[in-house]
Amino acid sequence: MAAPRLFRPASRLLSSRLTSATRPAFSKTACAPSLLRFRGYATAGGAKEVTVRDALNEALAEELESNQKTFILGEEVAQYNGAYKVTRGLLDRFGPKRVIDTPITEAGFCGLAVGAALAGLHPVCEFMTFNFAMQAIDQIINSAAKTHYMSGGIQPCNITFRGPNGFAAGVAAQHSQDYSAWYGSIPGLKVVAPWSSEDAKGLLKAAIRDPNPVVVLENELMYGQAFPMSEAAQKDDFVLPIGKAKIERPGKDLTIVSLSRCVGLSLNAAAELKQKYGVDAEVINLRSVKPLDVETIIQSLKKTGRLMCVESGYPMFGVSSEIMALSMEYGFDYLTAPAVRVTGAEVPTPYALGLEQMSFPQEDTIVGQATKLLRL
Amino acid sequence: MDFLVPSNIPPLPTYHVMNHDGQLADPTREPPTVSEEQALVWYKNMLTVNIMDTIMFEAQRHGRLSFYMVSAGEEAITVGSAAALGPDDVITCQYRETGVFMQRGFTLKDFMSQLTANRNDPGKGRNMPVHYSGKNKVGVHAVASTLGTQIPHATGVAYAFKMEALEDPTATPKVAACYFGDGAASEGDFHAALNTAAVRKCPVIFICRNNGFAISTPTSEQYIGDGIAVRGIGYGIESIRVDGTDIFAVYEATQEARRKALEDGGRPVLLEFMSYRVSHHSTSDDSFAYRRRDEAESWSSRNSPITRLRKWLEKRGVWDEEMDKKARKEIRGGVLRELTAAEKEKKPALRGIFDDVYAELTEEAQEQRLELKRLFEKFPGEYDLHEHEGGVGGL
Repeated sequence: MAAPRLFRPASRLLSSRLTSATRPAFSKTACAPSLLRFRGYATAGGAKEVTVRDALNEALAEELESNQKTFILGEEVAQYNGAYKVTRGLLDRFGPKRVIDTPITEAGFCGLAVGAALAGLHPVCEFMTFNFAMQAIDQIINSAAKTHYMSGGIQPCNITFRGPNGFAAGVAAQHSQDYSAWYGSIPGLKVVAPWSSEDAKGLLKAAIRDPNPVVVLENELMYGQAFPMSEAAQKDDFVLPIGKAKIERPGKDLTIVSLSRCVGLSLNAAAELKQKYGVDAEVINLRSVKPLDVETIIQSLKKTGRLMCVESGYPMFGVSSEIMALSMEYGFDYLTAPAVRVTGAEVPTPYALGLEQMSFPQEDTIVGQATKLLRL
Repeated sequence: MDFLVPSNIPPLPTYHVMNHDGQLADPTREPPTVSEEQALVWYKNMLTVNIMDTIMFEAQRHGRLSFYMVSAGEEAITVGSAAALGPDDVITCQYRETGVFMQRGFTLKDFMSQLTANRNDPGKGRNMPVHYSGKNKVGVHAVASTLGTQIPHATGVAYAFKMEALEDPTATPKVAACYFGDGAASEGDFHAALNTAAVRKCPVIFICRNNGFAISTPTSEQYIGDGIAVRGIGYGIESIRVDGTDIFAVYEATQEARRKALEDGGRPVLLEFMSYRVSHHSTSDDSFAYRRRDEAESWSSRNSPITRLRKWLEKRGVWDEEMDKKARKEIRGGVLRELTAAEKEKKPALRGIFDDVYAELTEEAQEQRLELKRLFEKFPGEYDLHEHEGGVGGL
C-alpha cells in the first residue's frame, strides 16, 4: 500500500534525523490509537464457530451462485468433493459444467482455465497442493500474469488459483514448501494467504471477484481448524480488501509480522511473552502478500521500535526478507534493535517428525527469538 | 500376444487436392468449392505475407527492428486454414502465423505498427516484433513467446464457447483454433491440451504446422513415431495429415474439421499440415549452419505453395505473368510505404509503461509514475521524449 505516500525512505530521513533530538519511535504519541482499537470484523454477538474448510466452501458456493461466469476445476474437485473436501457438495449443487474433474495434468487444466479466463469466464483453478502447481507455473506466470499487459490491456485474465500451500504433516520435501515468495515476486499477480475462517472466506471471495489473476495460498493444516465467524462474515456479501493486513493483537513493545498458519503460532507466542515477561507484542496478520500492506507494518514498527517476521518459507529471498528490506527503506529510524526473521530452515523438508518440527518455526522458537530481540 | 509394432503400421496418408501443376490430383473428383475471386484473395494474401517477410527480414538486417520471423513455405497453411474458420472463431497462435492475421483482416498498417512499436500498435509497444495483439480486431490472442502455452488456452477458449452455447443455444456456434509447430508438439502443454480437450469434449481445432525443423532440430531428432497426427489418435481425437503446400487441401480439411468440432456438442480435431521451413527460424538464426543451402532452394522450386496456387489460377485464365508482376510491385510498394510511415509515427504514450500490469493502476505504480514525471520535468535535457505521443504529458 503506497508506502512512499506516507513514509519517506530512510535515506531521505538521514539529514532530518541528525537535527531531531528524540526519535519519534520513543515518544508515546507515535502510537496510533486508531490501530489499537482496530479489531477487524468479529463482533461479540451472533458469531459462530466455522472451520477454514467450510469458510472456503461457503465462499465458493456463494460466488458460483452469484456469478454465472465462475466455475471451478481441478483434480478430484467434483465427484470426490476435493482432495481436502473444500469443494464438498458443489457438484450436486452446481452440476458438472461448473464443477469439473480434470485429468491429472496441471499444465493442461491450468492452461484451460487461463484460456477460459482470456475468453471472458472467471475460473477458479484448484491445485491439489501448490507443490503440484509447479507443473503449471509457466501458465500462471507467463500466461495469466502477463497477458493483460502484453496484449496492450485488451485481454484481462480474471482467474483465481487456489489450493493448500506450505508444509503439511509428514509428507516430506516435495509436498512441503511455501510459495508465497515465488508468486509474490511477479508483477501482474495478486497473492493472498488466509489464516482464519474470516480471512479464508473474505479473501477467496475477493480473489474471485478481482479482475486480475489472484493466487490464494491456503494451508492444509488449517482446513480443520475452527474460528469464530462474525455475523457480518456469515453473510454472502462479505469480502475482505486485498492488500490490507489485520492487526490480530495490538501491542506496544514488539511488532510480529506473520502470515497464514504462522499467525496462530505468533499469537500464542505473544500470549506467552505477555504472561512470562509482561511484553506486549503486536501481531500483524498480513492476509495479502501482494500487494503488501507496508503502511500497517511501518505504522506498527514506528510504535514498537522492534520488528520480527515469522513465516514458514525458506529464509533466503523470502517474504521476511522483503519486509525487512522495506523496514530499512521506510522505518530504519524508528527501529531500536535490528529486525529479525524466524523462517523455515534452509533444507528440503525432512519426513521424520522430529526433524520436520525442527525445520519450521515453533512457538518456542518465536518466543526465544523475541526474548533475544528484546534483550530479556 | 500381439504387441503393436510402430514400424509395422503403415504411415498415415497425406490428403491432397491439387498436384504440383495446380491441377486436381484426382481428376474424377469435384473441383473445390472455392470461387475464383476467393482464390485470388488467398493468392494475394499469400503473396503479401511472402513479400512483407522478405522486406522485413532485410529491414531487421539494416537495424530497423530488433527481430523478425518469416513463414516462407507455410503461407498456404495459415491463409487456407484461416479462410475456413468463422469470423467469430477465436485463435491462439504460436509466432509463425502472419498469414492468419492477414486473412482475417490485419492491414499492412496494422503489421507495421506492431513491428515498429508505434502508438497504433494495440499491444502498446510492449511485445517483441511479430508478436501481434489481435484479439479485438481479428479474434487472435496476443502472440506469446512461451512455446506451447497457447495450446491449452485454445482448449479453455473452446470450453468457454461450450458453456456459452449451453446458456444461449441460439448463439452462433464457435470453435477455438490453435496453431503450433512440430517442435512445440513435444512440449508437455501439447499433450495436456489434447487430453484435456478430448476428455472435456471441447470444440477446438489443433493445427500443427509440421515444417521439419524446431530451430535447428530436424523432425528426425524431434520424434521417432509417425509425426504429430498419430498422437491425436492416442488421445481419442480425430486426426488427419494434409499437404500444407496445397491450399485447397488445407481449406477443405479445416472446413471439415470445423464441422466435426461443432458436432454433438463439440469435440477436438487435430490437423497436421506438412510443409518445410524454407527460411531461417528467425533473424537470430542462420540455418546454413545445420542444413545445406541448396536444400531449401530445391524444395521451394518444387513445392512452393504460392507457385502452386498461381498455376491453378493461370489455368483458369484469371491470372498471368503480367498481373503477377504488377501485383508484386504494388505489394512491395505498399509494404515499404507503410513501413516508412509507421517508423515516422509517434511511439506509444509513456504512461503505457505502468498501465495494464493490473486492471487498475496500483498506488505504487501511481507513485512511480509521478516520480518519473518529476524527474523528466526537472531534467528536461537528459531525456528525449519527443518521439512519444504527448511527450512528458503522455505520462
